[in-house]
Amino acid sequence: MSAFLQANLPFILAGISVGGQYALIAIGYTMVYGILRLINFAHGDVFMVAGLVMVYTTAALPIYISIPIVLVATVLLGLLIERVAYKPLRSAPRMSVMISAIGVSYLLQNCALYFTGGLPQVYPEIPFLSRSVTIFGATTKMVTVITPILTIILVVLLVLLINHTKIGMAMRAVSKDFETSQLMGVRINSVISVTFAIGCFLAAVGSLLYFTNYTSVIPTSGAMPGLKAFVAAVFGGIGSIPGAVIGAFIIGICENIIKGVGWTTFSDAFTFVLLIVILLVKPTGIFGEKATDKV
Amino acid sequence: MKKIFALLLALSLICCLFAGCAPASGGGASGDVIKIGVYEPQSGDNGAGGKQEILGMQYANYMTPTVEIGGKTYNVELVIADNESSNDKAVSAATKLISEGCSVILGSYGSGVSIAASDTFASAGLAAIGVTCTNPQVTAGNDHYFRICFLDPFQGTVLANFAHDKLGAQTVFCLGQLGNDYDQGLINYFKQAAEGLGMNVITAEFPENNSDFTSYLTTAKNEGADVIFAPCSISYAQLIVEQCAAQGIDVPLLAGDTWDSNVILNAAQGKNSEIYVSTFYAEGGDKDFEAGIKKWINENPTAKANNGNDDMVAAVTVMGYDAYYTALEALKAAGSGDPAAVKAALPGVTYKGVSGSIAFDATGDAVRDTAYIKAANTETGVWDFVAVQGVN
Amino acid sequence: MEKRLQPRQEKRSVLPAILIICAVLLVTVLLDNILPANTFTLMLIPVLRKGAIYSLVCVSMNLLNGFTGLFSLGQAGFMLIGAYAYSIFSIPADQHAAVYQYFEGGAVRFSIPEMLSGVLGPNLGSFLGAIICIIIAGLVAAVFAALIGIPVLRLKSDYLAIATLGFAEIMRAVFQWNGLGRITNGSNLLRKYTAFTDINLRLGSLNIKLATFFPFLIAILSITFIVLLINSTYGRAFKAIRDDEVAAEAMGINLFRHKMYAFIVSSFFAGVGGALLAMFQTTVQAAAFKTAMTYEILLMVVIGGIGSISGSCIAAFLYIACSEWWLRFLDGGKLFGMSVPFFRDGFRKVVFSVIIMIIVLFFRKGIMGDRELSFRRKPRQSKGKEADANG
Repeated sequence: MSAFLQANLPFILAGISVGGQYALIAIGYTMVYGILRLINFAHGDVFMVAGLVMVYTTAALPIYISIPIVLVATVLLGLLIERVAYKPLRSAPRMSVMISAIGVSYLLQNCALYFTGGLPQVYPEIPFLSRSVTIFGATTKMVTVITPILTIILVVLLVLLINHTKIGMAMRAVSKDFETSQLMGVRINSVISVTFAIGCFLAAVGSLLYFTNYTSVIPTSGAMPGLKAFVAAVFGGIGSIPGAVIGAFIIGICENIIKGVGWTTFSDAFTFVLLIVILLVKPTGIFGEKATDKV
Repeated sequence: MKKIFALLLALSLICCLFAGCAPASGGGASGDVIKIGVYEPQSGDNGAGGKQEILGMQYANYMTPTVEIGGKTYNVELVIADNESSNDKAVSAATKLISEGCSVILGSYGSGVSIAASDTFASAGLAAIGVTCTNPQVTAGNDHYFRICFLDPFQGTVLANFAHDKLGAQTVFCLGQLGNDYDQGLINYFKQAAEGLGMNVITAEFPENNSDFTSYLTTAKNEGADVIFAPCSISYAQLIVEQCAAQGIDVPLLAGDTWDSNVILNAAQGKNSEIYVSTFYAEGGDKDFEAGIKKWINENPTAKANNGNDDMVAAVTVMGYDAYYTALEALKAAGSGDPAAVKAALPGVTYKGVSGSIAFDATGDAVRDTAYIKAANTETGVWDFVAVQGVN
Repeated sequence: MEKRLQPRQEKRSVLPAILIICAVLLVTVLLDNILPANTFTLMLIPVLRKGAIYSLVCVSMNLLNGFTGLFSLGQAGFMLIGAYAYSIFSIPADQHAAVYQYFEGGAVRFSIPEMLSGVLGPNLGSFLGAIICIIIAGLVAAVFAALIGIPVLRLKSDYLAIATLGFAEIMRAVFQWNGLGRITNGSNLLRKYTAFTDINLRLGSLNIKLATFFPFLIAILSITFIVLLINSTYGRAFKAIRDDEVAAEAMGINLFRHKMYAFIVSSFFAGVGGALLAMFQTTVQAAAFKTAMTYEILLMVVIGGIGSISGSCIAAFLYIACSEWWLRFLDGGKLFGMSVPFFRDGFRKVVFSVIIMIIVLFFRKGIMGDRELSFRRKPRQSKGKEADANG
């Protein structure tokens, strides 16, 4: 038993850790989708930019100052993107907004390419998180253990915020019915801003954890985690926060088991197969609301 | 507002058009300039390696900015085009160099992009000198692509011999990027040689933009691998070294020429890793050259940034340096900057470079029968010379 | 999607249309054969070829996204299938050993252009062979589309988008799998197959190069087919589905079947586009057909105007010309001879993406909106002219 654990625990550990990081990104997708019905394709790139900001700030400042700066800068970036690229298109067809999101993603990647000169940037070590620990004979970084715990704490806080505060109630109202809540006096713009701020804050936390584990930032670093997180959000039922988290953990763990089994060629493809299957069996995801066709 | 934007946009596009065409029509064959095209990746997976290779050429160009052809002195200008490590950008990057009127092409780092641009160079009648593209297909079956480095079948065999003889490996875990022909090609040759030596080889592929290698490394450990062979590009290599150390996997890492970079050394420094690479050049081979290029890199902030912010000389930089001088020799032998003449002169060119003497065989490959094996010193952060390894 | 009645094309617009097509094709032949190879034409010709290929791919995507209202992001996947299908069947027999060097020469050991060359002579043989392989490429892509369409087309908007995107990623992994290496060559390049430069016409002692003519010919034929389809009853059904699915169903349109038709036709032409791209690049590797490629095509469609065929064509040429040619000087570090420090690698892409954002935000309808170019002629003939005028 212990030999089996020792051999296979690393896969599960990696899966849980990756799953936690996907979850933090997926929440941003799912909240924005819940409110704006927009797949925010730029979200993965915001995550990447958070990583780059960390690289550049730690070059000049100590780590305990850099981390708050990264969090704030990422939130500001998210708000800026919302204000510039999405707000003017609020009344436009949904496809236009999505294309604007793709445009922003393209812009962020190209800016990152320009500033880094195409060279991979080495992510700084965060003293506590980067330490090695041994669990049941499997050695890993501290961050692997911290990630799921931190993810769950943040999600619980977020659910409390949504269920028990005024802004949370406004968010629920807006995601239920955009127009009606506007008529009922909900300040739609501030609700959307708060949504983006929360999503980006979590993405920044996610990037701290992710890049501490995988210490290199390139302009396309955000693309795959972003896509996987989005798949996780769809998988769990887009618009549902617990759904996104559970979806992310499932995808993270499955992906690593697939690699462990030896089908490494299909580790990415498998995620998408899983997605297509779930969409066919239950089109709105595991925890999704029932779709209603309005005639 | 909208109209102003539309106007501005239109204006800027027109400006672009003029600016884009201006150098194109004005440049070209002005009397005393010879252009050498540098076809290298500056972004994408191989961006870091490509930049280091360009550094060698730039330094060579700085040292010898002129060439004397037929009694006349020409200034040599490097025209750089970024192929973005991507085969679908290869044609347009190659076309740019052709349209600039280059006499000969140097590059590229990465065999795939070299093969992808090969036909474009061929139809323009240009010769190209591959610097560190090790795939046999680059030069096979054509008369315009040459190269100054060794080949993958050679390198794969050398590495397999090294793993067998010096590391005493029985089981090797090979890890390469899916969809990357350099990785897969080298692994293939390594596998052939290793199985010939009676070793057990397990292969795995990781997808592009992957950053989680823990599962692969765990598999390697569970399979009882004595050596992990991972000839991938530097961005991934760095992650593999890191995660290997973080997971406490003490299996030696073995790789090809791509890993010979200070990025790897920085990642390995202070960790309990054992890394071996096969490469074109070992430090200390030419002291004067090294002192010179280090001085140049330190004086030139852009160069230093492109070299990963230190002054360690990568083997690809040395190869880039030699490639530039080989090109100059070809130009001298051709007696003009005419691409066709250069192409005709290249097979006969010989040059004694920093990385060894260069002469081409019938397929256009450099005649090289040794590779250097180096090990990363995790305390001092430099490469330690281990052995000169041949095929036998 | 706005509802708009499309005026029927006038009959008499057909003749000028054909004339203009012929003129465009003639110009492409002249470009290849008469123009001197200077710096200008050297850049112009690849841009024209690639532009023609991308206009076809854009129009095929527009058929789905703009005319049928299906938000599909699988275009790169179908292009990948097309590119591979084309190249697998046109690698000459004596090159198999070299191309499939790790897979014992591969499983497919014949080449259609080569076989036809044996019968019809090298020129006509490679011309017809290439066309047959292109059709095969389209058909293979269409078969895949039919298979994937059965489950996926039941999904709605965003879910469809993400499912098709996932499909493209799955395809990429499958084609890179070593298990299929004897057919797809795994992670390695396919090359040496019939490319544009192999297509020539020999009249007596005169050798006429058709390297630019060929992609234009295929693109024009394909786009004409799509235009005819859009103006047929099927096309009207597609638009009805786009404008209101429920109403369309109530009018007796079989939703699933029509969506399927649109999906298959679009994928067929994406496959054809992929085959042409393979010919253009002279090498094929699955790694190049990423999601970013689909996004690029989508951006072109949007810049041209969703629901406008001529818009897609114009945008494709402009986009390719900007990204591969006109904006390259931004990377060079010099402007009008002056050295500008922030003009370094990648600056071109930053400027380019800013331009795209401006278009997306301030010119939401794109260049053409959902109108077509028409001065009493059929829409897409302006394409070649536009490209020439831009050159």
